Amino acid sequence: MRYIEPHGHMVSRVTDDYVDMVTAGCQCVCEPAFWAGFDRSSADGFHDYFCQLTEHEPRRAAKFGLPHYCWLCINPKESEDVRLAEEVIGIIPKFLDRPNVLGIGEIGLNKNSKNELKVLEMHVDLAARTAQLILVHTPHLEDKLKGTRLILDVLKNDRRIQPERCIIDHVEEHTVQMVLDAGFWAGMTLYPESKCTAARAIDIIEQYGSERLWMNSACDWGVSVPLAVPYAALEMRRRGHSADAIDRMIYQNPLRFLSQCPKFKLART
Amino acid sequence: MTRQQVLDLYFMEARARLIDLGAFLDRVERASGEEDFRMRAFRKALAELSRGERDHARRVLLVLSDPTTDPIDKAPGKGAVGAWPGTT
Repeated sequence: MRYIEPHGHMVSRVTDDYVDMVTAGCQCVCEPAFWAGFDRSSADGFHDYFCQLTEHEPRRAAKFGLPHYCWLCINPKESEDVRLAEEVIGIIPKFLDRPNVLGIGEIGLNKNSKNELKVLEMHVDLAARTAQLILVHTPHLEDKLKGTRLILDVLKNDRRIQPERCIIDHVEEHTVQMVLDAGFWAGMTLYPESKCTAARAIDIIEQYGSERLWMNSACDWGVSVPLAVPYAALEMRRRGHSADAIDRMIYQNPLRFLSQCPKFKLART
Repeated sequence: MTRQQVLDLYFMEARARLIDLGAFLDRVERASGEEDFRMRAFRKALAELSRGERDHARRVLLVLSDPTTDPIDKAPGKGAVGAWPGTT
């Protein structure tokens, strides 16, 4: 089995997780910028984090033969401070040419506030001006429905944005339809408690098709499972999905979306 | 998959979760003090499961969601609690 982990916060994981992922067939990992669990105190903190994502973490992954890519942004959880966000967004362009940077992400909303919306619009503008792919985080739990609607409005109102170059992540049963209907890709995050279980993610695939969907573990410092994608593949197999259908879902689909960034290259397997 | 195959694969897991759900309600009702909006939303969501219509998961998620459409003035914090405080 081969798979791509399109959303994993590897800076939060131990080296053994890299070993397990490669052993399970992981062909590459993509790491969106996110919240560290505490607020960084300055743009310098983000500068160091972007260096970690573009220099240190690829070296750590390379020790196990695993290509590492990343996405850059200030995460929505730190977007209430618009002045800090402006400073951070100001330093992103100097990292965009680095060889493992795929685009802008994971941007989006957290509590659906006016400032979060402003910062989302600033990120979308940066992505449009620099022709970057976009990876969007949708809010948690009770905030997801409203946040997904607000995010879609922002993206659809910017005529420079091409939906096929944006993935809206963390969809669930109540948001997947609106994302796909608007022409965007949709990501399903496999978590033990919140977001999707493997069984529910496969229900969604069976109901909505696998054309513009991917699955990810979003493994981070919280309750999460770095091998969630291969476990979901096993669940697909238990339900009788073919090897081709599983490969399409966990390898070919992320490959198709991510290959829109010319820097994304994988060795043929 | 046939309905029989789905039952063969998932019934025991769903049965276990159903009993857990019952035990959770017992635990809440045994405890002292008042319930809050989370249990109001939870009980509304439970009612959705017995309506006999399809899309149970989606309808449960909708009951637990903030139905408003305007952005709020300021984020009150970072976390989410799983139900909308305005649930009546």
